Amino acid sequence: MLKLTHVSKTFNAGTINEKRALIDCNLHLASGDFVTVIGGNGAGKSTLMNMIAGVYPIDAGTIVLDGKNISRLSEPARAQYLGRVFQDPMMGTAADMQIVENLAMAKRRGKTRTLAWGVTRAEKEEYAERLRELGLGLERRLTSKVGLLSGGQRQALTLLMATLTEPKLLLLDEHTAALDPKTAAKVLALTEKIVDERHLTTLMVTHNMNDAIRLGNRLIMMHEGRIIYDVSGAEKRSLTVQDLLQKFEEVSGGELANDRMLLS
Amino acid sequence: MGLALALLGAVSQGILWGIMVLGVFITYKLLDIADLTVDGSFALGGCVCAVLVVSGVDPLLAILAAMVAGMVAGAVTGFLHTVFEIPAILAGILTQIGLWSINLRIMGKSNTPLLKNATIFSEVTDATGLSTNVGAIIVGLIVAVVIIVALYWFFGTEIGSACRATGNNEAMVRALGVNTKVTKMIALTLSNGLVGLSGGLICESQKYADIGMGTGAIVIGLAAIVIGEVLWRVLPGAKLHAFGGRLASAVVGSVVYFLIRAIVLQMGMDANDMKLLSAIIVALALCVPVVWERYQLRRAYARASREVAAVDGSTAEGGR
Repeated sequence: MLKLTHVSKTFNAGTINEKRALIDCNLHLASGDFVTVIGGNGAGKSTLMNMIAGVYPIDAGTIVLDGKNISRLSEPARAQYLGRVFQDPMMGTAADMQIVENLAMAKRRGKTRTLAWGVTRAEKEEYAERLRELGLGLERRLTSKVGLLSGGQRQALTLLMATLTEPKLLLLDEHTAALDPKTAAKVLALTEKIVDERHLTTLMVTHNMNDAIRLGNRLIMMHEGRIIYDVSGAEKRSLTVQDLLQKFEEVSGGELANDRMLLS
Repeated sequence: MGLALALLGAVSQGILWGIMVLGVFITYKLLDIADLTVDGSFALGGCVCAVLVVSGVDPLLAILAAMVAGMVAGAVTGFLHTVFEIPAILAGILTQIGLWSINLRIMGKSNTPLLKNATIFSEVTDATGLSTNVGAIIVGLIVAVVIIVALYWFFGTEIGSACRATGNNEAMVRALGVNTKVTKMIALTLSNGLVGLSGGLICESQKYADIGMGTGAIVIGLAAIVIGEVLWRVLPGAKLHAFGGRLASAVVGSVVYFLIRAIVLQMGMDANDMKLLSAIIVALALCVPVVWERYQLRRAYARASREVAAVDGSTAEGGR
């Protein structure tokens, strides 16, 4: 489904702030794979997501999604294939617009916008139904401004928006990191449910090692711009946090866990 | 009697300038950009309209041409801003400065009077026998209502929603597959089209175009938007977020601005001081929310301190 070959990215090349964010990354996701991504600060996890999404152009390599080379496509042009949820709950929704308006824009992801009415009556019912499934009572607040929602509600809404039109690949970039533990657990449960029901190919960055082990069928670990560990199947299921820490020390010769990762 | 006439004139001016305010509303409120093209594109609309009317073109056609000219000016700013990533304010200033020379070229001199030519306003007053001011008010109202309805429709469409969202959250809009360069371009073109249209209307209503007629237009636009918002907020039962209401309040704000202007001029203020007054109105409107928030913080802190002191005081008494 997704194939990254020799993808590299350096930020601020040739300056004192040069940062080799991705170094010769190769990654191949099969259809239906749910891959969790872990790694320390600056390991290149977010860069990986941003390169796939086309936020910045890659320096070298190719990205092929479902047989189509998307390496040189702009971010909006890639949007039709990708569902994305960001770390910052503010980033996935338009605060001054209504819940239905946000959903309607997401429904039209990757389609040519016309002068047709932005939200149709039939859509509203569909959205109400989908919102009901979230179990947050948002179906009663269709015309509320999204800015009035809590971070968790906004993140759940963004998740729904990302999957409203089925994406070929779902990119979740630490999408529960900014939420309190209880809300994070709820959003994560929703994620699991949606990914499972629709068999979505998913790449999920997380700083929570337990989540990384528990969710998905495959786990990759990144360090200094490289994928240093890739595990799936029975081996992944039997992993423990201790294993991961040990594995990291082996490969990198340093300590993986910062406080944030250990405490969560 | 003089005052009544002046106020009536102010209302008609306010409505015609209100079309420009709607243009400024699109960039300032929806796109979150202060677009300084406005000063230039307003005068451009006036100049184009004046030259066409003098050369015998139908006055209605001349106004439409003024609108198209404004759209082109907006597109130039949009091009500089989106394709070459020049900051919006600077892109607007560049277009505005360039337009000064272009406007002089168009007119060939610094002002063009239309004293003997028919305008859409003279056609209406001749046909109906209404006074100049009332005729202008009626024409202005018709144009304003048509444009508000059109804008309400446009910003409800798929493209219009994408434009609104661009000012709200650009990253999200791109993630949903909309090229934000295009939406910004659309908004800037549309906005300056309305500004040019307003310039053309003002030119025909005052029967001359002047190279300096757009100077300070952006500040008038911002002042009118601010006044309109305040009025809308104090109006009982008005829903601040209802989009049609926000558009209408921009035009109402413009009318109130020109009424204030007429009154202070009647009271003997120098017309040249009006720009200072406009600037002060806008600056105050931008300062008030910041000061208010600071005041609220300080008050909340003082209250919390008093409560703590009260609790401490009562336990101290209990101990005694």
